[in-house]
Amino acid sequence: MNYKNKAFSRYKIRLIFFVLIFLLLMISFNNVIAQNDFPTDDQVNAIAKELYCPVCENIPLDVCPTQACAQWRALIKEKMTAGWTKDEIKQYFVEQYGDRVLAQPPARGLNWLVYIMPPVVFVGGIVVVYLNLKKIKKSSEKVIQDSNINNDKYLKEIEEALNVLNKKEDLS
Amino acid sequence: MENSHTDEPKNQKKLPRWVIIAAFAVLLGFLTLMGWGLRNAQQGPVQVGQKVPAFELTTFDGEKIKTDDLIGKVIVVNFWASWCKPCEQEAAELEDAWRYYKDSGEVVFLGVDYVDTETEAMRYLEKFEITYPNGPDLRTAISQIFRISGVPETYIIDKNGKLASRKIGPFVTIGEITSMIDSALNQ
Repeated sequence: MNYKNKAFSRYKIRLIFFVLIFLLLMISFNNVIAQNDFPTDDQVNAIAKELYCPVCENIPLDVCPTQACAQWRALIKEKMTAGWTKDEIKQYFVEQYGDRVLAQPPARGLNWLVYIMPPVVFVGGIVVVYLNLKKIKKSSEKVIQDSNINNDKYLKEIEEALNVLNKKEDLS
Repeated sequence: MENSHTDEPKNQKKLPRWVIIAAFAVLLGFLTLMGWGLRNAQQGPVQVGQKVPAFELTTFDGEKIKTDDLIGKVIVVNFWASWCKPCEQEAAELEDAWRYYKDSGEVVFLGVDYVDTETEAMRYLEKFEITYPNGPDLRTAISQIFRISGVPETYIIDKNGKLASRKIGPFVTIGEITSMIDSALNQ
């Protein structure tokens, strides 16, 4: 009995040992698969989306169908595999092909106009609308003030004439 | 009622003079910018006889070639790209022409790789066994100087740094290339 128990516990230890080895192998195997999958097309497209095809008209690199764009996407993948960050890849594209490849132009030189003008024009528009509304309100208030019905002598005369007519009708 | 109408013009506030001047200045600035952009866009490529601004090409090997240092020689500047199919038509002819003039020392060929990837460009150079100096058009600086409209385009600069001739599209024969270079050499 004792011998059987010992044999059973030895068998249990071996089983646990093999299970652990198997699990360790599985983990490392999964890591290898994950490394092979990097970078995925989605990860490449996430960067390609922020870049524009240098030779096409306003087409982001992630949706551009040309052979040249496929080469640039492959280049992004190559750089990502080499461990480059998104900013480093974007900077590389700028150095190679110029600022025009960026979806958002860098805020320098005349590019500042792109960032400054829309809010300035928007705020300016609001100010103009506000000033005009204020002016309209003021002038309409003035019209009401000036045309005080109780003080208008012509209206008084008309009312008196109407009253006289009404009285005449009542009498008849 | 009449009073209100007669008073209205007096109550109207006029915009300060500086605001009007500033608005006109901004408008004028915009129009100038637009005009400048339009002029540049419609300017077309460098014209024959015009002085070609100096530029520097960094080759794939890292060598820096300055056109300033090449005065007295005829320079053949060819714009190409690995993704450009018509460029392949003239690649062999250009290399043959280069080999023809190489020993004379009077002609320099420069290949400018327009918006391309280095891996594909190197494959292209290897495929067509191109031996003359080639390098990327970094930040499209060189193509902007020539105001190219596409690839392939070839510009031949004479010994005095002026544009002798240009070819938009691929060369069909080596004779076409040599006749243009010879005419630049004889100028």
